[in-house]
Amino acid sequence: MSIWEYANPKKFIATTTPVLPWVMWGAGLCLAVGLVWGFFFTPDDYRQGSTVKIFYLHVPSAMMAINIWVMMLVTSLIWLIRRHHVSALAAKAAAPIGIVMTLMALFTGAVWGQPMWGTWWAWDPRLTSFLILFLFYLGYMALWTAIEDDDTAADLTSVLCIVGSVFAVLSRYAVNFWNQGLHQGASLSLDAEENVADVFWYPALVCIAGFVLLFVGLVILRTQTEIRLRRARALQARMTA
Amino acid sequence: MIPDLGKYAAEVLSAYAVSLLLLLGLVWVSVRAARRACATLEAVERQKAARDG
Repeated sequence: MSIWEYANPKKFIATTTPVLPWVMWGAGLCLAVGLVWGFFFTPDDYRQGSTVKIFYLHVPSAMMAINIWVMMLVTSLIWLIRRHHVSALAAKAAAPIGIVMTLMALFTGAVWGQPMWGTWWAWDPRLTSFLILFLFYLGYMALWTAIEDDDTAADLTSVLCIVGSVFAVLSRYAVNFWNQGLHQGASLSLDAEENVADVFWYPALVCIAGFVLLFVGLVILRTQTEIRLRRARALQARMTA
Repeated sequence: MIPDLGKYAAEVLSAYAVSLLLLLGLVWVSVRAARRACATLEAVERQKAARDG
């Protein structure tokens, strides 16, 4: 059996529908456990005080903001190369989730930055590239709604997604490229020396799992929605023809 | 019940409140759109079935 069989809309819906409630309940459980653990049962940081609790929202949302764009890049490339409609619709479905994650990362970063850096905002490489990523999400969603023909919209948004990927990569590695920014380097690392202390790391891992599951659940649900709307439009067009 | 957040209480609580609001809003909008799409497709399919006899 080939993975491309799932590019069939009917097969996609039939396969994902039974999985969806499990993914959503898993997301809810992980988010509830991770956020309650992080908020109520972890100590304050010796330098950052209680603001360290913002970590459990800021880091997972920022990770998701970048990785969702990467997922959109992959599905856009699949659309451009293999012309599978489900992949184009999955990219379209992921964009609103990505923009919410980007907004969340920007907001939590600002309220964390104010007491720590003394400013809500700085034109720091990571912050600026994140703002540009937010604008790319906006532009991507606007382009989908501005073009009537679905295939043309999928083509043009795929090209926009490829261009925006530069900023998704910049958002991730900006602190490594330029050292003059306010933003610190990666908080999470496989290297134990660089990583945050375990007392913060374990609840953060549960939160990240929750964010990933929430994204998977929502992208499945929203892709199914797009498939159904597209089918309804096609049937209506056939009836009026 | 709420831990002592000290002088940063406003920042921490607002971060949690806005984030949870955004996440719940996203889930609500997605579920509502999914239900509407199901209803729309069903209505169109019924219409087509009635037309085709």
